[in-house]
Amino acid sequence: MRSKIFLALFLIGALMMAVSGCGGKTEKQGEQPRAREQQSGGANGSITAVGSSALQPLVEEAASQFMAKNPGAQIVVQGGGSGTGLSQVSQGAADIGNSDVFAEEKLGAEEVAQLVDHKVCVVGMAAVVNPDITVDNVTQQQLIDIFTGKITNWKDLGGPDVKIQLVNRPKSSGTRATFKTYALKGAEEARGIEQDSSGTVRKIINETPGAIGYLALSYLDGSVKPLKLDGVEPTKENIIEGKYPVWAYEHMYTKGEPAGLAKDFLDYMLSDEVQKTLVPELGYIPVTEMKVERDVRGNVTKK
Amino acid sequence: MNWKFFCDRAGRGLTLFCAALVIVLTVSIIYFISSKGLATFFTNGISLREFLLSDQWAPDRAAVDGGPLVGAKAFIAGSVLVSLLAVGVSAPLGIIVAVFIVEIAPGWGQRVLQPAVELLAGIPSVVYGYIGLSLLVPLIRTYLGGGGFSLLAGFLVLSVMILPTIISVSTDSIRALPVEWKHASYALGSTRWQTIRMVLVPAARSGLITAVVLGMARAFGEALAVQMVIGNTREIPTSILSPMMTLTSAITMDMGATVMGTTWNNALWSMGLLLLLMSLCFILIIRVVVRRGAVQ
Repeated sequence: MRSKIFLALFLIGALMMAVSGCGGKTEKQGEQPRAREQQSGGANGSITAVGSSALQPLVEEAASQFMAKNPGAQIVVQGGGSGTGLSQVSQGAADIGNSDVFAEEKLGAEEVAQLVDHKVCVVGMAAVVNPDITVDNVTQQQLIDIFTGKITNWKDLGGPDVKIQLVNRPKSSGTRATFKTYALKGAEEARGIEQDSSGTVRKIINETPGAIGYLALSYLDGSVKPLKLDGVEPTKENIIEGKYPVWAYEHMYTKGEPAGLAKDFLDYMLSDEVQKTLVPELGYIPVTEMKVERDVRGNVTKK
Repeated sequence: MNWKFFCDRAGRGLTLFCAALVIVLTVSIIYFISSKGLATFFTNGISLREFLLSDQWAPDRAAVDGGPLVGAKAFIAGSVLVSLLAVGVSAPLGIIVAVFIVEIAPGWGQRVLQPAVELLAGIPSVVYGYIGLSLLVPLIRTYLGGGGFSLLAGFLVLSVMILPTIISVSTDSIRALPVEWKHASYALGSTRWQTIRMVLVPAARSGLITAVVLGMARAFGEALAVQMVIGNTREIPTSILSPMMTLTSAITMDMGATVMGTTWNNALWSMGLLLLLMSLCFILIIRVVVRRGAVQ
């Protein structure tokens, strides 16, 4: 009997060691591919890009085009959210971390210092309402009043007598962070319905009377109505000219200056081939066309 | 002879290895969740009281403005409410169906009803959620008012989801009763209704309670389907038609977009730990109930 217990304990111990051994290896894994790239150089080897689901379709498409041209290259693109992307790249578990927000907004100063930002495109966002709402222009102050719960009925804005139903994204979402900063001037939103995907938000706004929310321009398909902000329409042209303020960069972060395949791929992301065709096709705005620039603190300057 | 001895040993080694693997897996998962979940209180200095008893959720608020606030009361209340109501609907329904399958119509009950119930168990939760979102939510909005996304939609979807668990466990426990008890009851002149009400259901009590607790545990842990229909508003629901939020949906909403090691992320792990502790509670309840049932 006793020997059995010993045997069991021994096995458990051995397994524990095996498991912790594996854990140790994964930590080092991040360094291995990088070392391999540097040796081979050029478009060979394998990298992973992890993070933002808003940026994922573009990176996936660009990666498959890139791999078709460079058969030696292997680029794995994964979603998981901006937070996942940023933490993975700063831990060295992924080569590229995709994010909707500046790393400064999510990580500590030490981690940010190690990361290099590559802005690959711009996403515009619009306040959208249920198609039955006749209002089509709001001032910024009205928008703030709607989202902070001061205005609760559309008739106060000259619309039909319908209660306003807020549809938010979760606080951790990049879309919500951008909308809060640039459309609501940082005002805290009142509690409302929350959904974790833009597709669901669009469906709910389309079906719920009096609903208002916000979506990236690439999600506008006619089923919901975008609102003008202070008379400015949320269009690509207005964002490029710097007239419409609600937009954000999509970032691809690397830990340290990129080298080897990661560098080649990031160069490809900024090449005309991606910026002129793929980026507008998928509803993003090419970062190379922007006539204004914005820094982490939100200061906008002419390029 | 020697070969047989070897086989015996090898077989024993293999089973022992598998058992140890499962133990290690469980222990390491519990260790991981606990270390992450407890970090909220020990590393980030959030008090347990705030976490459990405050409904202020603002983990992104800067320390200057009095943040981060990670009160999970609204989610805990939401989870408890939605599961209790779901069990409230499903438990009577499930037990009655189980009685029907075993006692009233053993023939087609077993041939038709049981496979139907098993099929119900096989429908993925995302499909339940999708049906709820496309059918139930607009229906509630049109006929009962409100936004449609509500506690009502949540517990209705959940009650259908946990029904198979309750029915199959109840069916097994009623079927396991010695047939002599039923015969004895009939011999004493009871009607079928009296036999069911006063002999069979009370005798199967521990099995039925187990079924209900298992259903409750499933309801508590369900994330996807509920998240799609409850509207995810970080408030304690004031009526059956108001939107709400559960622990599981609070975790899935933010988990991808928060960074490991931050207070925000750790608070999500604390909710995970809370879910784990709740299911531990449910398991303990079942153990106690089964042991009591066995003694009687």
